[in-house]
Amino acid sequence: MTKKPVQPHDVPTTGHSWDGIEEFDNPMPRWWLWTFYICIVWAIGYSIAYPAWPLVSSATTGLLGWSTRANVAADIAAVDAANGPINARLEAVDMATLTSDPELHGYAVSAGSAVFKTWCAQCHGSGAAGAVGYPNLLDDDWLWGGTIEDIQTTVAHGIRNEEDDDARYSEMPAFGRDELLEDGEIHAIANYVLSLSGDPQDASVVADGQVLFADNCTSCHGEQAQGDLFQGAPNLADAIWLYSGSYTDVVETINTARFGVMPSWSNRLSEAEIRSVTAYVHQLGGGE
Amino acid sequence: MSNYIKLIALGLITFFAMVGINFARDLAYQVHAVIIMLVAGGMFLYTLRQTDEPRAPEPSHEYLDGVVRAGVIATAFWGVVGFLVGTFIAFQLAFPVLNFNWAEGYANFGRLRPLHTSAVIFAFGGNALIASSFFIVQRTSAARLWGGNLAWFVFWGYQLFIVLAATGYLLGGTQSKEYAEPEWYVDIWLTVVWVSYLAVYLGTIIKRREPHIYVANWFFLAFIVTVAMLHVVNNLTIPVSIWGSKSVIIWPGVQDAMVQWWYGHNAVGFFLTAGFLGMMYYFIPKQADRPVFSYKLSIIHFWALIFIYIWAGPHHLHYTALPDWASTLGMVFSIVLWMPSWGGMINGLMTLSGAWDKLRTDPVLRMLVISVAFYGMSTFEGPMMSIRAVNSLSHYTDWTIGHVHSGALGWNGMITFGALYYLTPVLWKRDRLYSLSLVSWHFWLATIGIVLYAASMWVTGIMEGLMWREVDANGFLVNSFADTVAAKFPMYVVRGLGGVMYLTGALIMCYNLVMTVRKAPAKEASLSVAVPAE
Repeated sequence: MTKKPVQPHDVPTTGHSWDGIEEFDNPMPRWWLWTFYICIVWAIGYSIAYPAWPLVSSATTGLLGWSTRANVAADIAAVDAANGPINARLEAVDMATLTSDPELHGYAVSAGSAVFKTWCAQCHGSGAAGAVGYPNLLDDDWLWGGTIEDIQTTVAHGIRNEEDDDARYSEMPAFGRDELLEDGEIHAIANYVLSLSGDPQDASVVADGQVLFADNCTSCHGEQAQGDLFQGAPNLADAIWLYSGSYTDVVETINTARFGVMPSWSNRLSEAEIRSVTAYVHQLGGGE
Repeated sequence: MSNYIKLIALGLITFFAMVGINFARDLAYQVHAVIIMLVAGGMFLYTLRQTDEPRAPEPSHEYLDGVVRAGVIATAFWGVVGFLVGTFIAFQLAFPVLNFNWAEGYANFGRLRPLHTSAVIFAFGGNALIASSFFIVQRTSAARLWGGNLAWFVFWGYQLFIVLAATGYLLGGTQSKEYAEPEWYVDIWLTVVWVSYLAVYLGTIIKRREPHIYVANWFFLAFIVTVAMLHVVNNLTIPVSIWGSKSVIIWPGVQDAMVQWWYGHNAVGFFLTAGFLGMMYYFIPKQADRPVFSYKLSIIHFWALIFIYIWAGPHHLHYTALPDWASTLGMVFSIVLWMPSWGGMINGLMTLSGAWDKLRTDPVLRMLVISVAFYGMSTFEGPMMSIRAVNSLSHYTDWTIGHVHSGALGWNGMITFGALYYLTPVLWKRDRLYSLSLVSWHFWLATIGIVLYAASMWVTGIMEGLMWREVDANGFLVNSFADTVAAKFPMYVVRGLGGVMYLTGALIMCYNLVMTVRKAPAKEASLSVAVPAE
């Protein structure tokens, strides 16, 4: 920069002084003025090219015919057109044979991943690892079955919801709240259940608990407490817990029962989207 | 006689507040009724004691500086409160466990966030504006504030507004309109206070003893008048019940959104820009001891700013239900606004020509100058972010938060600190500040804090904008929303640290100002007599 420094005393002031403050009578900087003019000219041009000026009952549409609503409709139509043929194939395929078509399967998984991140991640987590009360979808411990058809039914109709008559349904009795069992009996059953996959909180009542379990619980959870996929009854013999495996939480479950609900997706998602997210969940690790 | 009217009014208010406590339909209203009852009852007793007592005549030849001193204290106090809440909620976002279960419904992020924004904008910024405008209008008009104790009413009335707004947010009394959260009765009270403010200000200008109105006063007047209009139009609500805090806005749907952002953007334009430019036009030439760079520039950029700013609001609603034409106009006016905004920056910075060497020795001037630099940066960034293509990336991301804070912390905060450093020795008749090296500490802590804040928010903002729009070859989304939240964690911690530094700087300032009043040597000549300069 070789510009000469401003010599303030060369410039006269306007002659006023307020509390000792004066003002120079400098002109406006040229670059400032010209940039301002250019912005104004650009603004006029832009507002002619694009929708801008309100009229009595409508507005100018602009010379370019640009519209956010038309743009988004065109973008959606373009994606639908590009994916239309493959979506049609996905809707027609027998899901059990999906993996034998690598192109279709790959498409379904990437589409299903997007569906999952938009609609399922809120409960099951963005990585599908679940949370307390929301099943982990990465392992092979299934409540209602892990074949691709089972998963499709679960996604399409949901679980224990009131909006879909085909929703999967079962209900565990609230043994404590409804006074089906005494507190001591619940204490014994809880310890028996805990002993199956780890250490009970009170080993002395495990044997009593086994007898009570046989009388009250095996019709759903099975003789070996291995669970029943037809009733959504969890396997109690493994160390995987939906509502945590602490003594307190197991007692709470027996006392008041749990009633996990999943919405029906067949009214919200297209058939292709349901099949996509089914394929995505199936390939996460535990699909049978 | 006027005391008897006052007693009747205060008595009625106290009685009405008592009835309000009894019939209150919600907690916020009930607590507010208690506060109003105590304030009005206390005022009643005070007025009763003063009635029929002889009064000292008003010293009409001196400036009314007591209210400015009170304003300086209030500004510093609310500043620290606002920064503290801001830093805390920054860490709440990084570590959600700080949304304590025991305080759920009162001190979780959703309740504290409006408390933070209102505390810094309206409590800290508003007190800074009221105090400095009262100081400046007296000096540049060579006249005592018009209206006697009306200026004190403005000050205390405004503090009451702040307390009602802040407690209302914590207790759930909110209109849920950004920067316009206070409910209907708080809005009515603010309107009364604000009209009184306008009366004091205009009255002082009308009785000025200078032939011309100084440029700072144009900006302050534009700020006061426009904020009154914005406040009234955006708060046209119908209360559900006179005994409850809830109300319903008269504007339907997208029109309400448009009015809200017409208000919201011009709260930035006239509260945080025009008003603070008024401060800039006084304190920079004063502290630099140089004439203002260009009178012509100040006229043109003032009128351009005032005319153009008011139309820029729709850029907050790009790609929404707002019609395209309104969105285009908002964007176009925002870009035309770029140069008028920069006119203020040029006039501030060029005022230093011939005095740049003072930056090495005067940390207060350094603070004022860097505030103008941040002002220039934000007023470039703003028009850029209003461009639809940029906005489609930046909107709803932390970039917006970074933009706001480089303006708020950098421009509004720094110029207010500079003004407080200027005002304290003058108002308490001290020869100088207690410690200039503490001012330097404040300067660097605040500056580095702002850089950490703004840089981390640029990074997370652009990152999350890119993550949200990332699609694979088939057009499917790649990231879930929770993925973008998790990715922001390190930058949230950096942002929190920036806040800690900024808060620390403000605490150092408070210490320095208190010590200036208590320990700095007294100034011999009094500056408080109103005389025209020429």
